[in-house]
Amino acid sequence: MTEIGGAPDPAPTGQPPAEIKAVPVRRPGRLVAGLLVIILGAALGKSVATNPRFGWGTVGDYLFSGPVLDGLVKTIELTALSMVIGILIGVILAVMRLSPNPLVVAASGFYIWLFRGTPVLVQLLFWAFIAALYPVIALGVPFGPSLFSFEANSLITPFVAALLGLGLNEGAYMSEIVRAGLLSVDEGQEEAAKALGMRRMQTVRRIILPQAMRVIIPPTGNETIGMLKTTSLVSVLAFTELLYTVQLIYATNYKQIPLLIVASIWYLVLTTILSIAQYFIERHYGRGTARGTPPTLLARIWQSFTTWRHTRVEVADPTRHGL
Amino acid sequence: MVKSEAVWKSFGRNEVLKGITLDVDPGEVMCMLGPSGSGKSTFLRCINHLEQINAGRLWVGGELVGYRQKGDVLHELPEREVARQRREIGMVFQRFNLFAHMTAEQNIVEAPIRVGGVKASEARQHAQQLMDRVGLGDRLDAYPAQLSGGQQQRVAIARALAMKPKLMLFDEPTSALDPELVGEVLDVMRGLAADGMTMIVVTHEVGFAKEVADTVVFIDDGVVVEAGDPSAVFGNPQHKRTQAFISKVL
Repeated sequence: MTEIGGAPDPAPTGQPPAEIKAVPVRRPGRLVAGLLVIILGAALGKSVATNPRFGWGTVGDYLFSGPVLDGLVKTIELTALSMVIGILIGVILAVMRLSPNPLVVAASGFYIWLFRGTPVLVQLLFWAFIAALYPVIALGVPFGPSLFSFEANSLITPFVAALLGLGLNEGAYMSEIVRAGLLSVDEGQEEAAKALGMRRMQTVRRIILPQAMRVIIPPTGNETIGMLKTTSLVSVLAFTELLYTVQLIYATNYKQIPLLIVASIWYLVLTTILSIAQYFIERHYGRGTARGTPPTLLARIWQSFTTWRHTRVEVADPTRHGL
Repeated sequence: MVKSEAVWKSFGRNEVLKGITLDVDPGEVMCMLGPSGSGKSTFLRCINHLEQINAGRLWVGGELVGYRQKGDVLHELPEREVARQRREIGMVFQRFNLFAHMTAEQNIVEAPIRVGGVKASEARQHAQQLMDRVGLGDRLDAYPAQLSGGQQQRVAIARALAMKPKLMLFDEPTSALDPELVGEVLDVMRGLAADGMTMIVVTHEVGFAKEVADTVVFIDDGVVVEAGDPSAVFGNPQHKRTQAFISKVL
């Protein structure tokens, strides 16, 4: 080793002093609040379990019955397809909105104004009655000859009307979410891509959108869960999704409450699954960021539980390292 | 390599460049100095058409930047052509601008594969060479957020080099770095200059300019105040503004 001179580097000396062991502060408020929650919860649980009008037996009978499962599948289909349509339209509208062409921007703005400004139930009914407006739907050259034509009544089934109503409406909301995501990406990213010789669409697809996803995913998860529940509005079109199916059943046996519980259970199951899926998608698009994904609600509850256990352990074993 | 004739550029009423005329020969390293807001970064961004010039002419490699001249009429180039011109010009930014969702390797191979049509395996091999060259041969899988500022800037240089540019533009490449990280980036740039790369460097690093530059250009208020050999510009500045600036930074 070559000695350059000067004082030697300081090194830690001796043992670290004893770790701090303090008596934790008493928190009587927490105890009272906790007891209150337990008492109220128990009372609610007892009422739910013992009130015969809940009809838990009937719930069990119908939960996995054929028609209900059919309705469930249709609800899932409708949710998935409507969201796909909504996201596609949303991306297109968002990119249009950021276009340098003012007419394109205006068209996108008009769409959003129209579809966000009217209730989705009204839009659903509109699509259901579209035959009254356009009895024949033809595909062809604008102002020119038509190539194909369909009877609106046979083309627009309740399912198609539901898809159009939900998907087109969703597109207006998704476009704002996508636009916010696109704007959240640093301008330097686009410049760097340009400087490398990438073209605008390439830049959007490869550089901007993947990074915008981090911002787009959480509200899109929200929208999907919202969509799952909004599909119940389609019951007005006599399309046998989950809610309309149980309505049909209780119209004959008058067991409204148990059947509505059946539907609610399935909606809850699906939203739970969607929340879990959202967590994993978020984690995927969070790659490359220092902060990563925040823990889910379940993870947070689990964490508080384990840290609570930790502090218990600490009391029993004071040599352990605390939080 | 670069020829600029009376280039003017304004943002609205704010005139940033007021007639910049200069030449950069192949293999030349030109350092541009000047107070902030003097227009030097804007000029750099005009060279690869990130900014459109309002008057004058700008050529890179004998080709008019962003336009095509037919007779007396200038035609704007379509996006495809502008993108093609930019491929020949590497650019390194003050804030690195690495693609945050990609690893160092993915950052480097993205443009060669998507734009240059290079095979993936070839591009990856080249990426490894480039990362070795900037001294980060073992960090190919790191995301930008996992790298220090100096390392990010070195990856950014490797990314620009991956397109095998004929000209490299550096826009204050060390201004966003902690002082102890500046050296590693300048070392890479020194190596590039020694290898004969044509470089235009906007910088505040006077030491680097003195040592590496063939030409130093002092820009203030949108005009070239003084240009020439570094020893002349730094050792014996002719203009008051240059003298004032140099006495402050030296």
